[in-house]
Amino acid sequence: MRKHLILIAVALFGTALSLGVASAEEGEGLPHAGADINNIESLQRGARNFMNYCSGCHSLKYVRYNRMAKDLEIPEPELQANLMFTSDKPFDTVVSSMPADAEAWFGKQPPDLSLMARARSVDYIYAFLKGFYVDKARPWGVNNLILPATSMPAVLSSVQGLQKPVYHSEKDEHGSDIMVLTGVELMTPGALKPEEYDQFARDIANFLDYAGEPIKAKRESTGIFVILFLLVFFAFAYALKKEYWKDVH
Amino acid sequence: MASAPDTADPSKTRRLVGWIDERFPMTKLWKEQVSEYYAPKNFNFWYYFGSLALFVLVNQLVTGIFLTMNYKPSAAEAFSSVEYIMRDVDGGWLIRYLHSTGASAFFIVVYLHMFRALLYGSHRKPRELLWIFGCLIFLLLMAEAFMGYVLPWGNMSFWGAQVIVSLFGSLPVIGAGLVEWIRGDYVIADATLNRFFALHVAALPLALVFLVIAHLMALHEVGSNNPDGIDIKKHKDDKGHYLDGIPFHPYYTVKDIMGVTGFLLIFCGVIFFAPTFGGLFLEGPNFEPANPLQTPPHIAPVWYFTPFYAMLRAVPSFAGTQVWGVLVMGAAIVVLFFVPWLDRSPVLSIRYRGPLYKIALAIFSVSFIILGVCGLKPPSGIYPQLAKICTALYFAFFLLMPWYTKIDSVKPVPERVTGHA
Repeated sequence: MRKHLILIAVALFGTALSLGVASAEEGEGLPHAGADINNIESLQRGARNFMNYCSGCHSLKYVRYNRMAKDLEIPEPELQANLMFTSDKPFDTVVSSMPADAEAWFGKQPPDLSLMARARSVDYIYAFLKGFYVDKARPWGVNNLILPATSMPAVLSSVQGLQKPVYHSEKDEHGSDIMVLTGVELMTPGALKPEEYDQFARDIANFLDYAGEPIKAKRESTGIFVILFLLVFFAFAYALKKEYWKDVH
Repeated sequence: MASAPDTADPSKTRRLVGWIDERFPMTKLWKEQVSEYYAPKNFNFWYYFGSLALFVLVNQLVTGIFLTMNYKPSAAEAFSSVEYIMRDVDGGWLIRYLHSTGASAFFIVVYLHMFRALLYGSHRKPRELLWIFGCLIFLLLMAEAFMGYVLPWGNMSFWGAQVIVSLFGSLPVIGAGLVEWIRGDYVIADATLNRFFALHVAALPLALVFLVIAHLMALHEVGSNNPDGIDIKKHKDDKGHYLDGIPFHPYYTVKDIMGVTGFLLIFCGVIFFAPTFGGLFLEGPNFEPANPLQTPPHIAPVWYFTPFYAMLRAVPSFAGTQVWGVLVMGAAIVVLFFVPWLDRSPVLSIRYRGPLYKIALAIFSVSFIILGVCGLKPPSGIYPQLAKICTALYFAFFLLMPWYTKIDSVKPVPERVTGHA
C-alpha cells in the first residue's frame, strides 16, 4: 500500500510540476503580460490590432484566415470585411504586403510572426511593443529596451505616443561616470491612455500566442479530461492488481 | 474423411489456436515468455521502468509512423511540414507532442532503468550480456534521438547538428574526411537532413527493435534479478515451481498496467499542459527555421545529452587539439560496458552492501545530475569548474569500483526474498 501511495504521489507531483513549468514558461525576467489564451475577446481585439497595424509588414504564413475565424469565433462576413486585407480567399494564410526588397528599406526583411510567441514568449512580445523610445542615433529615430538596435520603426507611436529613455548615472569599475538605461517614460501622449495601450499590446501578444499554437486553448481543456480519465483508470488498474496479488504471499 | 479430434493433446481441441500451434509455436512462445515465465515476486518501484521503456518505444514507433506520413525530409520543406502537422493535420499536434515528449520520457525511464541495475547489481553474473545489450540500446538511443532532433530543421536542430557532427572533425588524420562523409556536404545541409531521416526512421529503429528483442531473450534466459539480488531458482515447491517466483502473466501484466497508467498521468500532464517543458523538451530557438547565418545566443543540446556535453566542455584542449574532450565523452559511455567486471562485491544488491558502495553511488548520481545542469548553462561562472569536478567523480565511480566494492563490508544475504510489492 505504501508503495502505491508513493506512486500516486509521484504521479501527482509530476502533473503539478508540469503545470508549474507551464506557468513559469512565459519569459524570464520580463514583466508578466497577463495574456489569457482563453479570453476570446482579447484574441479578437488582438487579431484586429494585428491585421490593422502589423500585417502590412509581418506575415503569419502558418495561420489560415478561416481557421483563425473559427477558433476566435469571428463570423465569416466580418472576417472578409474587417480582417482580410491581403487576400480574398478565407483558406489562405496571412501574408504581408511587404515586397521582396524590403530588406533594402529596413536592413532586414520583417520577420514572419507565426511562431514568435513560441520562439521568444508572450511576455517578450508584450515588453517589446511597450519598449520603444526616442533615440536620434538610430535610422528610424527609435530604439527598443528589449531588442536594442531593432530595425523596426515605432509604428505604434500614433496610439502609444513617444517615450523617452530614463538614464541613471553610475560609476563603472574604473570610477568614471556612465549612464545606465533604466527604463522609459511617456514624452508625447498618443491616441490611447497608457493603460489602454497596455491592453492593446497585451491583446496583440495574446493573439500571437494563439498564432504560435492554435490548438493551445483546446489542448489545455482536453488535458483536464485526459487526466481525470487516467485517474479513474488508475483506480481500476490498482484494484485489478490488488485482486490478482491477494494470493501472493 | 472426418476424424475425431485428438483429445490426447488439449491444445488440439482449440480449433484455431490448435491449427496455428501445429504450424507456429504460438502457445509455446506465450507460455515460455509470458504466462510461465517466473519472475521474482518482490519487484519494487524500480522495476516498472523496463516495461515503461518498452511502452515508450512502442509509442515512438507508432507516432513516428504517423509523423512520417506528413513530414517532408528536405531542407526547404521540413520546418513548414512540422508546422503543417501542428496546424492542419487532424490530431497532428497530439501525435507530434506524443513523439517529442516521448523522446524525453524515453531517456528518463532508461536512466532510471539503468540506475536500478546499479542499485541491485542486475548487471552481475549471469546477466553481463543482458547489460551489454542494454548499453548498446542506450548508445543507439542517443544516436536515434540526436538525428530525430535534427529533423524539424529549426535553428537549434541545425546548430546542434553543426556542433555534434564537427566533434568528429577533431579526430586526428581521418577527422576532416569523416565529417564530410557524415554530412554528405561541406556544411550541414539538405543531404545531411535526408540521410539523418533515413537513419532515424528505418535503420536505427530496426536495430533498436532487434536489440530490445535480444535484451528480452537474454533476460528470459537467465531470469530477472530482484531487489535482494539473490537467485530465486534455488527453492522450488514439489511441482517444480519457484517458491519466490510468480508467473509474469497475470501478476506482472496487471501490475505493469498500473505502472503504465501512473506513467501516463505524468506523461499526459506534460503533453497537455507543458509540451515544451519550459524549453527543456522543445527549445525556443527551434521554433525559428534553420539559419546558417544566425547562431542561437546559446547552443545547448537537449537535456538528456547535457551530462555528456558538460564532460566534453570540461576537458581543456591540450597539445593543440580538442580531441581529448571527445575521447572523454566517448569513454563515459564505453566505461558502462565494463561495469559487470568492475564490480567485485560478493553481493549484488545495495541492501546487503556496506557504506562505501552506497556513498559512491550517491556521489555518482549527484555528479551526473550536476553535470546535466552544467551542460545546460553557458560555460561561465562556477559551471566549468563544477563540470570538471563532476567529470572526475563520474569516472572515479567506475574506475575505483574494483577497489571500493572489494574492501566494502557486506551484510548476510537472506536465502529467500524479503517481502513483495
